[in-house]
Amino acid sequence: MFPKYDVIVVGAGHAGCEAAVAAANLGSKVLLATMNMQTIAQMSCNPAMGGVAKGQIVREIDALGGYSGIVTDHTMLQFRMLNLSKGPAMWSPRAQSDRMLFAAKWRKMLEEHPNIDFWQEMVSGLIVRNGVVKGVRTGMGLEIESNAVVLTNGTFLNGIIHIGEKQFGGGRAGEKAATGITEQLVQLGFEAGRMKTGTPPRVDGRALDYARMEVQPGDENPGKFSYTDTPKLTRQLPCHITYTSPEVHDMLKSGFDQSPMFNGRIQGRGPRYCPSIEDKVNRFAERDRHQLFVEPEGWDTCEIYVNGFSSSLPEDVQYKALRMVPGFENMKMFRPGYAIEYDYFPPTQLQLSLETHLVRNLFFAGQINGTTGYEEAGCQGLIAGINAHLAINDQEPFILKRSEAYIGVLIDDLINKGTEEPYRMFTSRAEYRILLRQDNADIRLTPLAHQLGIRGSAERLDRVRSKESAASAIEKFFEDYSVEPGDINKVLEDRDSSPIRQKVKLHGILLRPQISMDDLGQALPDVKAFLDQYDPECRMLAEINMKYEGYIVREREVADKLNRLEEVRLHDDFRYDNLPSLSSEAREKLARLKPRTIGQASRISGVSPSDISALLVYLGR
Amino acid sequence: MPSDALHTETIVALATPPGVGAIGLIRLSGKDAVAIADKAFWGKKLTGQPSHTIHFGTIRDETGKDLDEVLVSLFIAPKSYTGEDVVEVSCHGSPYILQEVIQLFIRLGARLAQPGEFTLRAFLNGKMDLSQAEAVADLIASESSAAHSVAMQQMRGGFSQEIQRLRQELIQFASLIELELDFSEEDVEFANRGELRQLVEKIRTVIRALIRSFQLGNVIKNGVNTVIAGRPNAGKSTLLNALLNEERAIVSEIAGTTRDTIEEVLNINGIPFRIIDTAGIREARDAIEAIGVERTLEKVRQGSLLVYVFDVILTQPADVHADLERLARPGVPLLIVANKMDLNPHTRFEHYFSVGSSTVGSPAVGSQAVGSLQSGSGQSEGSKGQAPADTPSRPLTSSHPLTSSHPLTSSLSLSLSQKAWVPISAKAQMNIEFLKEKLYEAAVGQELLGESTIVSNVRHLEALQHTDESLTAVLTGMDNAVTSDFIAMDIRRALHYLGEITGEITTEDLLDHIFSKFCIGK
Repeated sequence: MFPKYDVIVVGAGHAGCEAAVAAANLGSKVLLATMNMQTIAQMSCNPAMGGVAKGQIVREIDALGGYSGIVTDHTMLQFRMLNLSKGPAMWSPRAQSDRMLFAAKWRKMLEEHPNIDFWQEMVSGLIVRNGVVKGVRTGMGLEIESNAVVLTNGTFLNGIIHIGEKQFGGGRAGEKAATGITEQLVQLGFEAGRMKTGTPPRVDGRALDYARMEVQPGDENPGKFSYTDTPKLTRQLPCHITYTSPEVHDMLKSGFDQSPMFNGRIQGRGPRYCPSIEDKVNRFAERDRHQLFVEPEGWDTCEIYVNGFSSSLPEDVQYKALRMVPGFENMKMFRPGYAIEYDYFPPTQLQLSLETHLVRNLFFAGQINGTTGYEEAGCQGLIAGINAHLAINDQEPFILKRSEAYIGVLIDDLINKGTEEPYRMFTSRAEYRILLRQDNADIRLTPLAHQLGIRGSAERLDRVRSKESAASAIEKFFEDYSVEPGDINKVLEDRDSSPIRQKVKLHGILLRPQISMDDLGQALPDVKAFLDQYDPECRMLAEINMKYEGYIVREREVADKLNRLEEVRLHDDFRYDNLPSLSSEAREKLARLKPRTIGQASRISGVSPSDISALLVYLGR
Repeated sequence: MPSDALHTETIVALATPPGVGAIGLIRLSGKDAVAIADKAFWGKKLTGQPSHTIHFGTIRDETGKDLDEVLVSLFIAPKSYTGEDVVEVSCHGSPYILQEVIQLFIRLGARLAQPGEFTLRAFLNGKMDLSQAEAVADLIASESSAAHSVAMQQMRGGFSQEIQRLRQELIQFASLIELELDFSEEDVEFANRGELRQLVEKIRTVIRALIRSFQLGNVIKNGVNTVIAGRPNAGKSTLLNALLNEERAIVSEIAGTTRDTIEEVLNINGIPFRIIDTAGIREARDAIEAIGVERTLEKVRQGSLLVYVFDVILTQPADVHADLERLARPGVPLLIVANKMDLNPHTRFEHYFSVGSSTVGSPAVGSQAVGSLQSGSGQSEGSKGQAPADTPSRPLTSSHPLTSSHPLTSSLSLSLSQKAWVPISAKAQMNIEFLKEKLYEAAVGQELLGESTIVSNVRHLEALQHTDESLTAVLTGMDNAVTSDFIAMDIRRALHYLGEITGEITTEDLLDHIFSKFCIGK
């Protein structure tokens, strides 16, 4: 009944959808297997994409031909560029999406793809022969053959939901857990672990008093995620901010003895960076309030997401505490928050391609690898999808360097260091933050997508080339243009910058921290006229290139220097146990993780700098 | 060294300098070291003997011929220099015997060690970190006791530890900034900028003190180029002989770049002074003499210490002034040696220079000579009527790293104050020890070296300089209200360069030369 597929993707969340699209856009025949086609691309937690570091990842996914950015642009109801008061490397796009539209748009884009088939049923096992995956087995006992499999099971593997003292099996509110896969993988020799995450209550927006909260509107000039021609927002919905209080905290504390977090019923490790409200109250006892973001779930629904109030306390405690929050006095709850425990597989069992060491052509992406976040999941799906296609076509894997993309940082961290808690991306995880900006993800990555031959990348590459040439034209203009004191000193004084006494090049003035390209445009009509020919993205690139050139060059130098270690190859059959000079921990880790390069080896936890020096010396470097 | 088998073979080399000596030490290292030694050693069985024991016996070759009576010391892994089994064979110091024994060991299965290979193995076996390994090379090459103590201190890891500590403090600073960047949307408390600033300034002060210590470290390692200049018959040669105490046989004569300059090495309290004698300067009356003077001036330019000698009987104050005007250079400390004092014991500094101010030539030259290295203060202290040499100038000591406001270079500076005045008689050997003290003081300052941390390695210096630049960029960034992501970047750069010193960050170029500096046997 089934043809033999190139790639079967198990799970249709953010990782699964991106994996299916990536493999399909390279030409693979893909089957997307999901337990429920009504929940393709669900935003299981908050209805938002992006944020600090995560927004950069969405831009990178887009630059590589993934769909997360496009879907978000089509479905968002608010856009904000975060961190604008900081430098351009920190600027981070974030959007609120309409949850239902988001899922619908994803499903539509998948359905429009001729290379993607669907199958709705639980996958309960893999077909593995001689260490190579050959397909999947379903709950009904069907066998579907393929050359590669990507597992993106999210929180579904043996998922257990906790609300107070109640606990029941499930992969998401109202959805069944998946069974069978963990057990089989463990039998095959994989190590499995448990993780925990949580989500806040959803409430009825009709019963909230927004007058008692602060408004958080979207940007006046909303941006977007995709580098392609996606629609721009013309109207937006605001979010609101309110705060908990000591009374709220006391009410929450009254439920602590029934908290599965505190009474030890939850074994899995939760994310430190996204703590539940009870965790916050408990750990930061000195704080008398915590911020809550009140986020709309869509254009045409009154459902509200209470960001910051993730909880697994009993539903009545959640209810009573939330009603004490300003604006929530008459709140009605749609459903309580809950915690969920699920299986994951420590990602040190993977190669940088996201293929497992143990089973050939088997790839893992998303929460199964111990990460958290749609963006983190989506980018892994993309890379796993690309590499599944490359593997079955006997091509070298596609691996992004840490100096090339946050995606490279993420995967490199996972594979080499593993993770003890759900892994979330931060800008501080990247060594070369100044290079990995949201404005240049296309310049960094689209040429690579084009080399791979991802469908649509030729047209994207044309855009990149014209953006780059526009930016150089603008830079040249600023280097050539001389400005008279009389034309510019007023603006300089307004901006607290010292006036000039003789003609200078515009480029020099732009280097001043207080002066922006817009300021110069406002002061000089011919400059404005020149700049107006160009798209804001090109102007931004040119401005960043000029203004921060010194920093960018310095960062590049360090990156290039360290990248040389990324070029020293270590072969999989390297006999680490023959090197007595390595610490025994390093010997064991290196033999197990089989790093591709010295650079990668240097980031494996337990491998010390002196181990690396020793390796280099052995290699005759 | 492509094969890892290379590092499991047993290696052998002569550990003492080649040539005839009372004793020659041959060192074997590797897993077969004891077994190989056993095959050649007659007296008792070495295999199975405990570590750190000494055994008397005879080395015999395969034909049964006795080569030497020896003492064998055993160091069993991992309690040895290399971390492997090490056997040290003390032979009689005949080059012939030593060669025969080494050749015998090679025939029995050892391989001749490559330069630095013993230390390389010590490093590979985790016996020392990179900067310690580097120090071993410096230690072997050290010519003086002071250089020896700097290298010893580095080898014991003091320098690494100090850098490590700074790095930790900086990491803490960085994490505060990072927190603010990544959690800007969430209700986090921002790091106190004033405190951050203080921390960076504090670290920078320590880094700068370490950078300054390089000059001292370098002086200790490479010696002080000391130029003796003066008019013909001022007594330069007599002075030189008096300093070098001619009877000593070790004085070497190295041909200078010109036939009329010679270089000698004088050791004062462990600091090597390379003394460069110059042709006498005089008013150039013809082209040839002008060339001679030019050569002398060239030598002065290359020197790091200038000793001007004049004859208190024959040379007039005006001539002394004229000479100094030509010779004194900014950046080069100066001693004024009044020679032949036995013939005119009442000569005083005041007879040549007015007290408290510079009287030499043009004010420019005078002030350069006086305050030559006080660039930090931005003014000539001499012209203020103070004697800069009275300012306590000190090499970096661990007790004062944060308070020393004068660049170390100032300890090399002397001025035309009375402090620079050294009355002697070379011929009568009068005050020669005092002159030596003055030379030492001019080179290293008045404080003793003690246990202070001194940077003597060019690679470390560069890393420290990059760190300083990065920290300065942090402070400049804060002054200019640059956003914290850029500040964080400069902090990370500083961390990166500090890591290069301790080997925390491994780059290939770092490893490239470290093991290439070794002589064989270590």
